[in-house]
Amino acid sequence: MEIGSFVAPLVGGMLLGGAAGALLVGGGRVAGISGILAGAIAGARERGWRVAFVAGLVIAGLVAALVAPGSAAASPRPLGLVVVAGLLVGVGTRLGGGCTSGHGVCGLGRLSTRSLAATLTFMGTGALAAVVASKLLGAAS
Amino acid sequence: MSAAVAARSRTVLGFVAGLVFGAGLLAGGMTLPRNVLAFLDVSGLADGRWDGRLALVMGGAIGVFLPVWRLAKRRGEALLGGLLAVPPEAAIDARLLGGAAIFGLGWGLGGYCPGPALVSLGAGLFDPATLAAAGAFVAAMIVGQRLAAATESRIDEGSAAAPAATSACAPDAPETLA
Repeated sequence: MEIGSFVAPLVGGMLLGGAAGALLVGGGRVAGISGILAGAIAGARERGWRVAFVAGLVIAGLVAALVAPGSAAASPRPLGLVVVAGLLVGVGTRLGGGCTSGHGVCGLGRLSTRSLAATLTFMGTGALAAVVASKLLGAAS
Repeated sequence: MSAAVAARSRTVLGFVAGLVFGAGLLAGGMTLPRNVLAFLDVSGLADGRWDGRLALVMGGAIGVFLPVWRLAKRRGEALLGGLLAVPPEAAIDARLLGGAAIFGLGWGLGGYCPGPALVSLGAGLFDPATLAAAGAFVAAMIVGQRLAAATESRIDEGSAAAPAATSACAPDAPETLA
């Protein structure tokens, strides 16, 4: 594994940390994607910036499809399992009040013990699900 | 700054933040579910398959966000005006841990969490397989959120002690001074 392969994830992380920081310092809002999506679809107020944020995410993907093909890909899991996964992620992020961004980045970045508990929990069950699925369906990589 | 100008500025900021956030997810490899699953599949530790590099994405993000958060907190209000709307530090309860556990299971099964799935929707422009997987995931995720929200409001109606929308990502999180 060459050194360069460690630079991309680090730089990617710094970029998204910077984006979350700008949203907080500039707009006073937390970049939790699951909540931003829920608010963009059904929020009672402040839908504008949430819809704009979701549009920014999708357009980033569109641009990548043009300039960096291969930087996104389909899940290696069967489509039916991906649907189940989506349902679980929707229910779980709503009940748990956040996902990898809200708890994992913004929450840990604010040294929140709630977010630390949530992050350790979803990392644990995420590993469990990935290990079991890889035993039953074959390793994804 | 008038409220209308502040709201418009926040919308522009939201768009740019989403764009940069998406670029970070793409650069970091979070939009490759194979990568994510290879990170979460810790059974790969035994035979050298494990790829731990995605931990650097979270590390890099927190490394930048943490000092920015301290700065914003010291300032006390946002540059566009208004308080910092951050979730209050409520108790660690069953709803938080149960929800996080359910989210993790979905993440480990499909290899998508919400941000990368939304980015992959756009990235599927010329790739029907990516579009189908990301589209199915996002549609199911929205259904899951609505289902949980409906159950949640019934729980809240039944219990006076239930916390209001206190989460980091609650769509209408109360504005609290940090």
